[in-house]
Amino acid sequence: MSVILSLESIHQAYGDQIIFDNLNLSIQKNTITAILGKSGSGKSTLLQMMNGLVRPDKGEVTIFGEAIDYKNIEELRLKIGYAVQGAGLFPHLTVAKNIMLPGIISKRPKEFLQKRLTELLERVNLPQEIQWKYPYELSGGEQQRVGLCRAVLLNPPLVLLDEAFSALDDETKNEIHEQLLAIQKAEPRTMVLVTHNKQEAEKLADAVFQIENKTLNKVK
Amino acid sequence: MKKSFLFVLLIIIPLSFLRAQETIRVGAKHFTEGYILSEILSQLLEDAGYKVDRKYNLGGTTVCFEALRNKAIDVYPEYTGTLAEEILKSQGQLNFSELQSQLQKELGMEISASYGFNDTYGLSMKKAKAEELKIQTISDLRAHPNLSVALSYEFLKRKDGWDNLASAYALPHKPVGIEHGLAYQAMDENRIDGTDVYSTDGEIKKYNLVVLLDDRGFFPKYEAVSLYRTSLAMPLKKILSTLAGQISETEMQAMNAEVLYGKRTYSEVASSFLLSSRLVKNKKEEVSVTREIISKTITHLRITFIAVALAIMLALPLGIVLYRYASFSKAVLYAVGLLQTVPSIALLALMIPLLGIGAVPAITALFLYALLPILRNTTTGLFAVDPLLKKVAAGIGLTPWQRLRYVELPMAMPAILTGIRTAAVITIGTATLAAFIGAGGLGEFIVTGLALNNTELILRGAIPAAALAIMVELVFEWIEAKLIPKHLRK
Repeated sequence: MSVILSLESIHQAYGDQIIFDNLNLSIQKNTITAILGKSGSGKSTLLQMMNGLVRPDKGEVTIFGEAIDYKNIEELRLKIGYAVQGAGLFPHLTVAKNIMLPGIISKRPKEFLQKRLTELLERVNLPQEIQWKYPYELSGGEQQRVGLCRAVLLNPPLVLLDEAFSALDDETKNEIHEQLLAIQKAEPRTMVLVTHNKQEAEKLADAVFQIENKTLNKVK
Repeated sequence: MKKSFLFVLLIIIPLSFLRAQETIRVGAKHFTEGYILSEILSQLLEDAGYKVDRKYNLGGTTVCFEALRNKAIDVYPEYTGTLAEEILKSQGQLNFSELQSQLQKELGMEISASYGFNDTYGLSMKKAKAEELKIQTISDLRAHPNLSVALSYEFLKRKDGWDNLASAYALPHKPVGIEHGLAYQAMDENRIDGTDVYSTDGEIKKYNLVVLLDDRGFFPKYEAVSLYRTSLAMPLKKILSTLAGQISETEMQAMNAEVLYGKRTYSEVASSFLLSSRLVKNKKEEVSVTREIISKTITHLRITFIAVALAIMLALPLGIVLYRYASFSKAVLYAVGLLQTVPSIALLALMIPLLGIGAVPAITALFLYALLPILRNTTTGLFAVDPLLKKVAAGIGLTPWQRLRYVELPMAMPAILTGIRTAAVITIGTATLAAFIGAGGLGEFIVTGLALNNTELILRGAIPAAALAIMVELVFEWIEAKLIPKHLRK
């Protein structure tokens, strides 16, 4: 087992309010890690430190063995999948364009992207016709699955999921959980998800951490 | 790619309309007599084989004179009294040769010999009312301080206008301003008692008015002459001089009345005068109304398109820059907003000393007006994009430029297009005012119609302008359909 991502001595504050104080975290390759926390505990902020959307006040973030280079952050982000609550799909783009966008901007061959799109839609149980639709024509569960496909399009070694399943009803949520685990089995990678749902964390993750007293406690 | 090509096309096509031409440019002061005299000059020059560009609707003395000085026009009919008082600011009255030598020395300009009539300023009122109050002279007005006086804006400001007239005669009245073309109507309906007139006005007869006697000899002589720069080519000066002594006061009054009440255009009246005076050999071919409307509509569209296209080319990138550097956005939007508060006619007038008259200053003014809606909608449209989507776009690896291109601009597109559409419709409307500084277009009908108090002429400009505005709306609906997915359209 090797460490793919680590946070060291992280300090973060918003104004007078300290959010993290000397927080440390190491994440093992090809595992699923869940971070639990109440709303306002800073769990999304913590996740966004892992793709450079938030730069910590103090401390160091190391990914793939190197400290984050904030100047060339986009290159790194193409190797990190990212999905958020409500899917964050672009309303003016079709499902196909939404999923393939990271591939289009990194100039991947069309054939590769089309093949990958077909494969991913199949994997999350979405009909192929859906790729011509716009996000507004999809149910919440379908949108979330599309968001998931986008996050893993380029086979990133690391995927970050920010409350990605929170807005869904239980039945849909369970279905997507199964599909996520299926993807993980077929193409193993490192995943970090933040959630306020303890059951979800227990079910999906190999390691579970809880944000408490401005730092992380390992609970599994 | 196809979409950006469409965008580029929409900007480039109108630019190709820009072109220049070398001709004799004849100006006109915008009142009936001004149009007739200018048209007489134009047809006289055309008969001699010159190509004439009619820069009518130039407003009052200042605009015409500045246009001549800035070489935006080559000649226009002016009055000797106006030149002495308004242009040369002379204290006493000047005779013809004094006037001529001062114009040559101080301004590098010259006048032709008088056309033959004196169109002096005067105060007039209804004959019946004057008889009832026993008013015959301007001095008699002193005894009737309650009479309401409305004067043309030019007369209110002139040196030989109200202020000095009132002090010369010790008149107590407090006059208000009124468009000269509307004053007669107002007097006829007893809404005002007195106004300034020109002694050759056709309305004097029609409305049964009297011109009050200038018993203290206040008004200088207003002989009609051609004014041009000394550098005007000799053959042209010669042609203009053939008008010397050709028009009498009664002839001028008759021509004015014919245009106002005889249902003849100033062009027809000028043509028959020239023919009957044997000043020209050939009858002028009348341009058909339809062709005139079409040609003015094209000019109108050209001015509008160029102004809006230039505004897009500046405001769109500037809007993006302001979005990226948000701290500047307030100050810049404020400054551009301030431009919008300048009344359009004032902004157009401000352009004359800077850029002269014609299409260039008009387009510049319209361009400045079109900036705000495009700029504001571009920045607010970009700022309004859902912050979560901006974060996701960054999070999945898009660079700032890629975010702009793939996410932020497409999502702001409905707002941006609305801004451009607003700018285009405003510009179509405002462009009618551009006729005041000689830019042509449909406004020429409207401005001429106002000066001649001719409703039909006003509608000839107003209806196509309204139709253009509707057409622009339809064109933008088509562009929106091409650029924006259905569910994101309003």
